[in-house]
Amino acid sequence: MQVKSNNYTGVKKWVDERLPVFSFVEDNLTNYPTPKNLSYFWNFGSLAGITLVIMIVTGILLAMQYTANSDLAFDSVERIMRDVNNGWLLRYLHMNGAHMFFIVVYIHIFRGLYYGSYKSPREILWMLGVTILLLMMATAFMGYVLPWGQMSFWGATVITNLFSAFPIIGESIVTFLWGGFSVDNPTLSRFFVLHYLLPFAIVGVVVLHIVALHMHGSNNPLGIDVKSDGDTIPFHPYYTVKDYYGLGVFLIFYLGLVFFAPNFLGHPDNYIPADPLVTPAHIVPEWYFLPFYAILRAVPDKLMGVLLMFSAVAVLFILPWLDTHKVRSSQFRPYYKQFFWLFFVNCFVLGWVGAMPAEGIYVTISRIATAYYFIFFLVIMPLLSKFEKGRVLPSSIASSVLSDKFESAPDQSFAK
Amino acid sequence: MKIGFIKYILIFFLSFHSINLYSAGKADLVEQKWPFDGFFGRFDQSSLQRGFQVYREVCAGCHGIRLVSFRDLAALGYTNDDIKSIASEYEIEDGPNDEGEMFTRFAKPSDKFVGPYRNKNEARASNNGSYPPDLSLIVKARAGGADYLYNLLNGYKEVPENFRLNDGMYYNTIYPGKQIAMPQPIYDDMVEYEDNTPASQDQIIRDVTSFLAWTAEPELDERKSIGVRVLLFLFLLTLMLYAVKRKIWRDVE
Amino acid sequence: MAKKIIENKYQESTETKIDTEKRDFLFLTTGGLAIAGGALTAWSLINTMNPAKDVLALSSTEVDLTPIDEGQSLTVMWRGKPVFIKHRTQIEIQEAREVDIDSLKHKDLDESRVKNPSWLVVLGVCTHLGCVPLGQKVGDAKGDFGGWFCPCHGSHYDTSGRIRKGPAPLNLEVPPYEFVSEEIIKIG
Repeated sequence: MQVKSNNYTGVKKWVDERLPVFSFVEDNLTNYPTPKNLSYFWNFGSLAGITLVIMIVTGILLAMQYTANSDLAFDSVERIMRDVNNGWLLRYLHMNGAHMFFIVVYIHIFRGLYYGSYKSPREILWMLGVTILLLMMATAFMGYVLPWGQMSFWGATVITNLFSAFPIIGESIVTFLWGGFSVDNPTLSRFFVLHYLLPFAIVGVVVLHIVALHMHGSNNPLGIDVKSDGDTIPFHPYYTVKDYYGLGVFLIFYLGLVFFAPNFLGHPDNYIPADPLVTPAHIVPEWYFLPFYAILRAVPDKLMGVLLMFSAVAVLFILPWLDTHKVRSSQFRPYYKQFFWLFFVNCFVLGWVGAMPAEGIYVTISRIATAYYFIFFLVIMPLLSKFEKGRVLPSSIASSVLSDKFESAPDQSFAK
Repeated sequence: MKIGFIKYILIFFLSFHSINLYSAGKADLVEQKWPFDGFFGRFDQSSLQRGFQVYREVCAGCHGIRLVSFRDLAALGYTNDDIKSIASEYEIEDGPNDEGEMFTRFAKPSDKFVGPYRNKNEARASNNGSYPPDLSLIVKARAGGADYLYNLLNGYKEVPENFRLNDGMYYNTIYPGKQIAMPQPIYDDMVEYEDNTPASQDQIIRDVTSFLAWTAEPELDERKSIGVRVLLFLFLLTLMLYAVKRKIWRDVE
Repeated sequence: MAKKIIENKYQESTETKIDTEKRDFLFLTTGGLAIAGGALTAWSLINTMNPAKDVLALSSTEVDLTPIDEGQSLTVMWRGKPVFIKHRTQIEIQEAREVDIDSLKHKDLDESRVKNPSWLVVLGVCTHLGCVPLGQKVGDAKGDFGGWFCPCHGSHYDTSGRIRKGPAPLNLEVPPYEFVSEEIIKIG
């Protein structure tokens, strides 16, 4: 077999011929060609990666102090808050890190939706991303159970009970998940183990996500392919420094929450120790689950509600085959753009209605919003793929960037 | 859209009175100004000491603060000797000793506060079936935080004519359902402050609420003072990163 | 717009040299600041692994000495470690005091290791690799010097808890303690 030659000398050369660390870094980071017109929305991918690292580091340190036992869990968290050196910082970083992780990932997903980043040849890249989202949801849900407060306990009870909706086997699934006849110590210890394990699975999928990304490179706001070297710049230093700057802005928000409003996004009831005899007046999941919770409650039938909620995520997997329009970026799809923004607002409506009691006008709103959620994917996308005429695409990224500078936006030139 | 998001976040930071997303709807609470509000807010030690006195003389009969250790009182400005003598007023069960017996001894600074009841069942039995909650985290565990507690303690009013009050319950405009099992605990001049502060009902409530805000978030002072420095540092660093970014990107068209 | 870009280009070509220097300075300070911030953050997180406040607070134990007869020993727990309290006999005290100080590996007078010659209080942790030496119970091997013997790697301690033979480098440590009264000591 022929050894891939490299341009290094000395030790670097020797090592690289045996383990291509240097050429790997060079190909995938330093010289990695990246479209030069990426906007700040492209920062959120690397931000998500950094947040994942922050979560794993703080999580490992927390696990050293936490006790996964239903009698001791609540007090062990309070011991972290009161007695462990900087323990409050550690815990608030982890707690608010989860919120920030979802904010970042949701923006990342909406960016993909807007600019058509899921389209050929990036279908698998997108599907790996949806897998990461699913794993994140599972991890976040189990992590929320660990402090063993009232919302932990009742959230776990309600969500695991979803599985009882399945006919015949439902009850046995739930008993199996609990390891008993209610959410109790066995549930807590397995959730702790899985909460510790799953993030490493996420890391694995993230690696695949990046490998898939580097097959065809990043999409860009114009959604057109890179055509020549003039369209790209090396990742380093251009995008490394842009990512650092983005990280700085991100940290201001994140640490602002941690230091000045650490419990803003959490629920007060979780500072009441879990009590299997008393259910809180309103059980509300964390905000990042609210849209899905709203979809669950929009349907009067238990099984249908559960299935619909799971479909809300599942539908993302087949997205590349629902929207087959040749033009990627919404900038050149005037109709899709309108429906996209409606969908965006609709997600907030779902989130809001998910936090409201399931009665009266809220039920109606949640049904309309749920309907639009699925119509957007299953009806509007395929129809637009067939009938929408896109605007004329610029011939290349380089030419568009120039015309952008000298003239006005390309949005003016409609397709005939 | 991005600008809107930033504005949204800024509004969060600037409106710290409502410390929680889920308390936004609590319109019936009259917002109070607390010394520990905002970026530069800190606990007022003398108010905490008065609040601690109120807790011991009024609340401790029914409510524990089981997560607080005596040694934590150093944050209120007590010396080691003060703390030792406060701790020695409490008795706790320890053991087993060499003979295998449990025994009671005076508490040490390293011990935690002992509640008035041995367990929940005893607490319920002595209070007509209602459980007086532990107060260590009460301010964090209620939507509205310190404002909720202040309003609740001030919320005892005359029972309206058409209101059906259950036996052993008291009318309170703030408590969910408007009836609460706790009788109005605080009146004018019911404590005599060691520092001679006039003990109006409002003052007492304010002090004990401050004290309980401290038991819930003893790290608040440290958190905010580190936080201010961290944010200043980050603003500077981010600004410099922006300058670096601008310079590097200057030749890209 | 176009004009402005051309102007920029012009400026760049004349100021390139100054620009590079300025850029380097900016890069260095920014990088230095970022590294300093990262290091402080890393330390404050790693510091969570140091003993917590509740651990530090549990630092004293009181022991009643009355039940320990002459020649007997008692083991008590202090900070999660065994503390050996030995009620020494006159012979044992004599043995400890008659040793030639210069022959010791870790030179320390018995007088400086006790507060009351009858009572020796030492941490029961071998200074070699942290095993608990034998010698507390009646039937235990006490080593060649009548004190303690560590079975892990064969260190021998004398009746003052000093290392006399074997791999351990130091004498058994004397914890901070004081006599609260004649018969009660407070360790820590």
